[in-house]
Amino acid sequence: MTIQFNDETFRDDYSFSNSQRAKDRFPFPFHEDSYMYSINMEQHQGGPADSIYEKRFDVDEHYLAEMRDRALVLADDPLRCQSLPHMTLAGWDLLELIMVSKSEDYPELFELHRNGSKWHWINKPMGIEDHFVFMDETTLPYGPMEYITRQTQGDFCVLDQREDNLWMDAGMVTTQADWSLDFDIGMNFFEWHAPVPLAHEKGIFKRALKFLLSIQQGAPARRLNWTMTVNPLLDTSPENYHKWGVQKNTLTPENLGSKQHLRVELQTFFRLPRSNGLVFPIRCYLMSFQDIMAKPKWGRRLHRVVRDLPEELATYKGFIDNRPMMLDFLAQYDDGLPTSFGVWADEHSEPSLQK
Amino acid sequence: MNAPAPNSTAPKVVGAEKIKVVVSAIVPLNNLVTRFEFKRAGGGQFPTFSGGAHTVVEMQDGDFKRINPYSLMSDPADRDTYAISVRRDDQGRGGSLFLHQRVQVGATMTLSSPVNLFSLDLRARKHLFVAGGIGITPFMSQIKQLDAVHGNWELHYSCRNPELGSYVDELTSKHAHSVNVYYDDKKQLIDLENLLDGQPIGTHLYVCGPKGMIDWVRTTAAAVGWPDAHVHHEEFLAPQPGKPFAVRLAKSGLSVEVGEHESLLEAIERLGVEPPYLCRGGACGQCETDVLESEGTFIHRDHWLEDDEKSSGVKIMPCVSRFEGKTLVLDR
Repeated sequence: MTIQFNDETFRDDYSFSNSQRAKDRFPFPFHEDSYMYSINMEQHQGGPADSIYEKRFDVDEHYLAEMRDRALVLADDPLRCQSLPHMTLAGWDLLELIMVSKSEDYPELFELHRNGSKWHWINKPMGIEDHFVFMDETTLPYGPMEYITRQTQGDFCVLDQREDNLWMDAGMVTTQADWSLDFDIGMNFFEWHAPVPLAHEKGIFKRALKFLLSIQQGAPARRLNWTMTVNPLLDTSPENYHKWGVQKNTLTPENLGSKQHLRVELQTFFRLPRSNGLVFPIRCYLMSFQDIMAKPKWGRRLHRVVRDLPEELATYKGFIDNRPMMLDFLAQYDDGLPTSFGVWADEHSEPSLQK
Repeated sequence: MNAPAPNSTAPKVVGAEKIKVVVSAIVPLNNLVTRFEFKRAGGGQFPTFSGGAHTVVEMQDGDFKRINPYSLMSDPADRDTYAISVRRDDQGRGGSLFLHQRVQVGATMTLSSPVNLFSLDLRARKHLFVAGGIGITPFMSQIKQLDAVHGNWELHYSCRNPELGSYVDELTSKHAHSVNVYYDDKKQLIDLENLLDGQPIGTHLYVCGPKGMIDWVRTTAAAVGWPDAHVHHEEFLAPQPGKPFAVRLAKSGLSVEVGEHESLLEAIERLGVEPPYLCRGGACGQCETDVLESEGTFIHRDHWLEDDEKSSGVKIMPCVSRFEGKTLVLDR
């Protein structure tokens, strides 16, 4: 299929919007009417046709706008992209993984021609064409990780594996849910997850680490995570909190449907073959509350999840103050009918709103 | 996993991805060690891997499926060929004998995707390798990986005699200044304390060889103050024979007698129950199994469980550990 790329922004006038196709393939993250942490991992080996799970690295209508936004963030703050000296090999691993995946999954958009170590990369949507020598940094305009992640949607944590732990030793992080690569760089798995409430007590991180350490070549995994964002902002970083934190106060009952967004992360995990590292891409999908309400099942369920979420989690996810106003809005779309199990909207079988 | 993931229930993971291969060359190196080279069945390229990785080789020996891990010793950048070097163990359970005696060029076999439990620490300013006998194999691929980026390494390789020194000629001719060889028959010993004393800050030490050597290197390094995180070792255990014993699998509702020359894991697999595994040598932790009931003595041989887990009898690693007694019920 041909993707029509949106001309849109994630800042200032916020002209971001989702087409009907983007709304239909939005990864609504709640499989039942309540939410609690779980490891909820599954294999990342394709998925339903045209879903965000189908390809290894999903490319959608927001691609060019997201890459423009990333370039703006990096121009303001180069520390959003860092790679400790021992992580260059993992950077080449990542470049290879993405170039091979995208050229195989989207041959009409990306081409990779390899002749030994002489590589030729064509990115048609971005108008990029480069010849370079694989494993020779001097032949690319940036380091290998930065080069390829300036051309790929989502944040990237490139993790070193040693001492039975994972270490945040490289990354490209410009579309994050309020965490900082510059703060976390060099930390291990338990250290960078230290601020998360409730999950440590439940032993979630110990089990999650064990799972991640055993992810093998050719067998990537994935899960979803979520939070809330006022305005379709990609860069909700601690570095820029003074810019976006105050926007949470601009919410009114009238504008909430269009301003309040559910922010869903598709997190994937790939073993990197040459370095034995692990890459953890975090791809962000945004959808406004009013667009979610167009799917009756999602409307009913979102109300119940937000209503019943433990206070610690609503605080951690940054919407405790706005929760009453959100619930006033969401309650209009909950008629109390039961919902079907699973994340899909089931528009053909779920009844329309009965009020 | 508490909740089903978006599209399916949690996947069943049994070992790493499988790769069908054809044996492309069999090269005897000496009286004991033979190199086996593989191409991908039906053509195509292998995945790249990192130095120190192993592959798990499946061998169909009549009705019995033998599954053994071997270090990949080919160049990680060579995607046309994988190679392993196998030491014949006449007293072993038969995997190496099967490879040496029954496998011929052209045979089709199944390998696992590479798994690395003995990875280079890429922060190291220098990599110091200590190998004993067939323990040379993971270093062969690590050396090739480091040479491609002009890495700083040094090898100390101890073998019984020149005749059994696998790859000594290749290593010394290519790397005269980095390779030091010691022969037991000539009473040549690695002067370990001195060697460790002379290393620059930021050196990482790696040892692979017989258990005695691994213990000696680790103990000596600890005694002279090397941090644990800078000392790496790999030791895959082969399952040892033992008295037959009975086991009941509670979840599956099946019972089986574990044979004298069979591991508990193999007996469980014989019933069609497939616990996950990556190494089958007591190191990776994947096949860890809860014990629901037991009356008897555990023979724990793995490197995975903590001492208190072993003594409390609530967990067992079925790849290498056994049991003697009346009752054993596992959560499988």
